[in-house]
Amino acid sequence: MTVFPFLVVAWIVAVGLYGLITSRDLIHQIVCLIVVQSSTYVLLLGVGYVTGGVAPYFYDIGRRALAVDPVVQALALTDVVVEAAVTALLLSLAVQAHKRFGTLDPHDLAEFKG
Amino acid sequence: MSQLFPLSVAVPLLVAAGLLAFRSLLQGKRHVRGLVAVAASASVAVMLLVLTLRTGAGSAYWFAGFHPSGGVAIGIDFTAGPLNAGLACLGAVLMTASMIFAWRYFTQVGAYFHVLMLTFLAGMTGFCLAGDVFDLFVWFELMGVSAYALTAYRPEERGPIQGGLNFAITNSVGAYLSLTGIAMIYGRTGALNMAQISRYVSTHPTSGLVVIGFLLIITGLLVKAAIVPFHFWLADAHAVAPTPVCVLFSGVMVELGLYGIARMYWSVFGTALGHRAAISHVFLGLGVLTAIVGALYCFRERHIKRLLAFSTISHAGMFLAGFALLTPLGLAGAALAVLAHGFVKGALFLGAGIVLHRLHSVNETYLHGRGRHLRLTGAMFTIAALGLADLPPFGTFLGKGWITDSAAGAANHGVAGGPWLAAVFCACSVLTAGAVLRVAGGVFYGLGDPPGEDPRMAAEANEEKGESDSGRQRTPLTMLIPTGVLVLLGVASGIAALLPRFAVALETAAARFQDQQAYASLVLGGAQPAHPAPLYPQVPPDVTAAAVIAALCSVAGAILLALTALYWRRLPVLRKGYEPGRGLQGLIESFQSGVINDYITWLVAGVAALGGILALVIR
Repeated sequence: MTVFPFLVVAWIVAVGLYGLITSRDLIHQIVCLIVVQSSTYVLLLGVGYVTGGVAPYFYDIGRRALAVDPVVQALALTDVVVEAAVTALLLSLAVQAHKRFGTLDPHDLAEFKG
Repeated sequence: MSQLFPLSVAVPLLVAAGLLAFRSLLQGKRHVRGLVAVAASASVAVMLLVLTLRTGAGSAYWFAGFHPSGGVAIGIDFTAGPLNAGLACLGAVLMTASMIFAWRYFTQVGAYFHVLMLTFLAGMTGFCLAGDVFDLFVWFELMGVSAYALTAYRPEERGPIQGGLNFAITNSVGAYLSLTGIAMIYGRTGALNMAQISRYVSTHPTSGLVVIGFLLIITGLLVKAAIVPFHFWLADAHAVAPTPVCVLFSGVMVELGLYGIARMYWSVFGTALGHRAAISHVFLGLGVLTAIVGALYCFRERHIKRLLAFSTISHAGMFLAGFALLTPLGLAGAALAVLAHGFVKGALFLGAGIVLHRLHSVNETYLHGRGRHLRLTGAMFTIAALGLADLPPFGTFLGKGWITDSAAGAANHGVAGGPWLAAVFCACSVLTAGAVLRVAGGVFYGLGDPPGEDPRMAAEANEEKGESDSGRQRTPLTMLIPTGVLVLLGVASGIAALLPRFAVALETAAARFQDQQAYASLVLGGAQPAHPAPLYPQVPPDVTAAAVIAALCSVAGAILLALTALYWRRLPVLRKGYEPGRGLQGLIESFQSGVINDYITWLVAGVAALGGILALVIR
């Protein structure tokens, strides 16, 4: 296993956070949030990767075969479900914001300050 | 009894699914829906109460009977001890109270309200009982998604959209950083079960990866717990969420974040990080900073729900300080204070809800003197405010007293803390309770001079009309009774803590919670470590004179401060056109800007700073 996947993870997190901090468009920000979350897929799969391992279906390859870690794949799958729920909710809020106030700029939507 | 573990999350989830599935049948039958939801929530409360009282030294439940073998967890477990089951029980009790309150609260209570509340309850319960770090993340997200949806329950206004989005994005970023930490720890230890991770990291040399993993995991929890500088979302969300939901946000959700941090430290990483004074200092510093910042923001606020929200931030800081002392007494004090604070703050939010329901505003300036006819509500609100000021025998008094007693004796244990903590707690209690008493005096009793015009007043006066039913001449009993019950529970928690049996049980539970080896052998099996007798206390902690004096000082101080704030125009020193806080307005607003970009910047800066500090102290 190389260090390469982990550099990719760090890069994706950094890019996503940069977008969240600088963007002035809600849809863009929500996509950046998805980008941050995508880093966790890469990290999980990278953590469970075994060089030369095959997909963990032990039925036809025998119990002693070298396989990648199935646990992290289950975790990544759960993670995708979580992401779908959060993203759908956030996008529906963004749609509401645009419908009612005609803006997607978080600076214009901020009602409470201080 | 072991059936109670799965049932306590299955019941709310199944009832929520049932309410959704049969929503066409239940169309227009709001009483049936309400009754079903309240019954489900109350049954969860009873189940969790039984778990709290009966677990004793703690118990573990393995789903589908996949028991661990040879110290390796194969399945997924729930663990219950008095502290975590008790916290979940607090959540279920507050949930029941707020659903009864909501009965006649909304103009139109849609089917989704009860569904979301029940999934929120399931998320909170699962989060408390989870014995597995990945499950902890999943329950955290379930709780989160329901909470985001509940915050933005009325998306026809600007505030709920802003609050919901800020809440959701900040907490999601925190949660993903937590997941990153979990993945890193899994990569190192090959385990997701807390007990198994704990055995691995405490028997291997602590590497930088473990420290970074710990830092990232607690980041999400610090965001949830609203610890400075991760706290900005909280006030935005609490100001706009429907008031019955605020009860849960303030009373238990924030505290769940703190519970998560305590669980991560005591059950997983404590031994590996070495229970040293340096860690204690870091958390104590965070706690004190949070307590002070929250209290200052609280006092300058005029929007009642936001004011209460900032007081929650301040209290979260105090609870974190209690945990940071790393003593059983400190943790027991924090647990008692969380319990009492949950009841008291719940009653205050419900009182604010009644004000909103009857007077259609939560702006203190606008409401001045307009609540005179709400006598019962006013009385309950005032008593709850005094409870927030640690009036004996409210549980907040003994809870904070135990924390400060433990801090005063800290020098003997070689950990952080000192007698100064009592002064900080007292000052923060005076500021937060003083602000709430100022609201009570102005709104319900018309004390003080009529306020000047507040430019934001007119806007905010109309803002909340959509939330609550209007045109009623009397406050419904479904609103008054839960409020009164919560006030009584706040007192009862304090009286119970005066009983030696309860106090010893609580401190023993705290000592057990802090016993990492015992937790690992409870979950994974293996020899129970033999502990010297003094580990588990035999005599109840004293009610020290210092604690009583501090409590009385904070009550007197809060009343004085509230009166000063109401009558300051008559004071000769202040009369000459002095406007409190005007000059600082710009600076204060530039911190709490309401813009998500700034909050994320603070989050990233906070993680970086905390990481730097941890790297310095753990070398």
